[in-house]
Amino acid sequence: MSTATHNVADGDPGAYDTLILGIGNVLWADEGFGIRAVEALHARYSFPDNVRVIDGGTQGIFLLPWVRDAKRLLIFDAVDFDLPPATLKLIRGDDVPRFMGAKKMSMHQTGFQEVLSSADLAGDLPEELALIGVQPELLDDYGGSLRDSVRKMVPAAIALALDVLKEWGVHATVRDSALRSNDLVGPGELGIRDYEDGRPTHGGDAR
Amino acid sequence: MASVSTPNGFDLDTSGQRIVVDPICRIEGHLRIEVNVDENNVIRNAVSTGNMWRGLEVILQGRDPRDAWAFTERICGVCTGVHALQSVRAVEDALKIDIPANANHIRNLMMLAQFTQDHIVHFYHLHALDWVDVVSALSADPKATSDLQQSISPWPNSSPGYFSNVQNKLRRFVESGQLGIFANAYWGSPAYKLPPEANLMATTHYLEALDFQKEIVKIHTIFGGRNPHPNWVVGGMPCSINVDDTGAVGAVNMVWLNMVKDIIEQSIAFTDQVYLPDLKAIASFYKDWGAIGGGLSGKNVMSYGEFPAYANNYTNESWMLPQGAILNGDLGTVHDVDVRDPDQVQEFVAHSWYQYSDENVGLHPWDGVTEPKFELGPNTKGTKTNIENIDEGGKYSWLKAPRWRGNAMEVGPLARYLVAYARGREDIQAQVNGLLEELSLPITALFSTLGRTAARGLEASWAAHKMRDVYGELMDNLKRGDTATANMDKFDPSTWEADVKGVGFGEAPRGSLGHWVHIKDTKIKNYQCVVPTTWNASPRDPAGNIGAYEAALLGTPMANPEQPLEILRTIHSFDPCVACSTHVMSNDGRELSTVKVR
Repeated sequence: MSTATHNVADGDPGAYDTLILGIGNVLWADEGFGIRAVEALHARYSFPDNVRVIDGGTQGIFLLPWVRDAKRLLIFDAVDFDLPPATLKLIRGDDVPRFMGAKKMSMHQTGFQEVLSSADLAGDLPEELALIGVQPELLDDYGGSLRDSVRKMVPAAIALALDVLKEWGVHATVRDSALRSNDLVGPGELGIRDYEDGRPTHGGDAR
Repeated sequence: MASVSTPNGFDLDTSGQRIVVDPICRIEGHLRIEVNVDENNVIRNAVSTGNMWRGLEVILQGRDPRDAWAFTERICGVCTGVHALQSVRAVEDALKIDIPANANHIRNLMMLAQFTQDHIVHFYHLHALDWVDVVSALSADPKATSDLQQSISPWPNSSPGYFSNVQNKLRRFVESGQLGIFANAYWGSPAYKLPPEANLMATTHYLEALDFQKEIVKIHTIFGGRNPHPNWVVGGMPCSINVDDTGAVGAVNMVWLNMVKDIIEQSIAFTDQVYLPDLKAIASFYKDWGAIGGGLSGKNVMSYGEFPAYANNYTNESWMLPQGAILNGDLGTVHDVDVRDPDQVQEFVAHSWYQYSDENVGLHPWDGVTEPKFELGPNTKGTKTNIENIDEGGKYSWLKAPRWRGNAMEVGPLARYLVAYARGREDIQAQVNGLLEELSLPITALFSTLGRTAARGLEASWAAHKMRDVYGELMDNLKRGDTATANMDKFDPSTWEADVKGVGFGEAPRGSLGHWVHIKDTKIKNYQCVVPTTWNASPRDPAGNIGAYEAALLGTPMANPEQPLEILRTIHSFDPCVACSTHVMSNDGRELSTVKVR
């Protein structure tokens, strides 16, 4: 439980040029991939002040202010590539909006394609776009977590992200201590360990 | 059965041509509308289907009630804070926790900011393009646009050069062939009535509203510590405040509080100098829509009340916008709404993809059951994974049918304004009367698509001004030396009673929102959310009463059924957000943005 979290500096969209954004819904199994990936990335690495790592959740249009302030945008998400489950894919540049809109699996993707389009209209589309997507195995386990196949791809997704970031001149530093609750990327209540441990062993599985 | 009269006073005729619009939302949401039109293309039957399931009630069973707010925030792509607020209120109610005055003020500020932001985004980014022809804006004379702008508002961005720049930017965007966000519209339709200059002015403000969004969300970041998912806590607000630089590191200090004050003033300026003048200018060309799309609004409307002036007082002596229900259009009698009364708020599932042991009765949310059952009526055309025409005689929506004392109700800004008006709230009456006078419209014009859109604009301005008042109260309280923001006395589950129930209720931008929780042995036993869009987009109930969307579409003349602009205008006037009502159930998430005429 986080009870006294306040860190305006982390939340203020003022001074960054690189945005690492996880989107998706942690409540729907593999739909949570994007969030779990940024959570794991942020737990292991720290970044310079020009980088923001955020949990965008299921937000659509309200992510626009974040995206517009970024020159470089790296997105983690679960994407329907029509490939075998747990296939990981890196998409770059103009292909990113196409992939986010081609086969919408989820609310936030409808919204996010519009976010990119709105950013473009406003003249603030990030110069660099990258999407690290995973093909989900299962979505409709309500209250469930990542399937093992998809969970196993998180380290590979992070490795891909570090390559992209390196290319962008962003250096990641391995953290030497655990994150304080104030510095988590999302509410501690939804952190993967509490989320999985807090699930009742009976009665809560709606599959 | 081609023709039938519903108990709530509407005539339905299913004999004409069937039209399907799926999905209906410009940016967010999954909603399908089917209508039948007669030989004159007037809508004679309407069917509203929420085609996703959310599963939240199931997910929360057995979880820690103190965490519920964080889960409920993830349901919706638009309004995170409103679910978090009702969730913490529900748990505080169950555990009899009083929150400090500062927490109440801060929650009010965050919610008022949410209302202002949400209404602006709705008007410019989700609804305006139903009225504003972006392509027509390309042929506007920037000088004439400047004259128009200066005649209606002191807003400084009004020079011919400014509008010319915007027009060039827009032209490049349109000519690039990637209409993107403007793709799903019917440009050039004769249903668009604005002159090119008004189209350019409104499109320009579409862009300015995108910029303004960046400012107003900072209020959530400052008090919630994080955006887009601010922190909340059962017992108050999880931020400490430090007005004299002696408090904890990371506390909200005067620099941040001054920034909040600046954003509030910007919000007032934007709603009063941009949003409201645009609304009036656009409305003056669409006055006929003051007689279209009324549906339930002239009959049954409801508000739970919102923005408590006094901490822990959720009654009309405290609500800045009052609770109440109006039945059969009788503005002279406002009924009290009690969300705890088992006979008042009930949900039915006879036409919903859920099952109860007896589907003729409704269940109060404390006794609510959310058990999915996907089956199609015998007259469905198509298959389970590819429904061509839904059968509204059977189960046909992932939304339940909530009713108040058995009545289908409309909720939202218009409902709130009608309840406040009928309750004699002078601030609301002054706003409403002033607008009607300026547009030379009768009060009955409120019961319409135009009325819904107008009430939202008035409320955005009201909310921006209220932020200024609440900010003053917060600062006064802080100066008196009270810096408490949370009451953690009963945070520890060992202090809780074994078996308790609570309800968190209030108003979200889209309408009445309630979370009902039953806590047993420190875990959630049952959790039910009844959300605004479930009220408005509700399917029929066992008695045959139709919901607010369905009612509002009846009688609407369509210029061309292949271009269902009229359906979009009315449904969008409700600010539909089905994300929180529903979620993907089918594995086939392939999305179609199509109109089908059958």
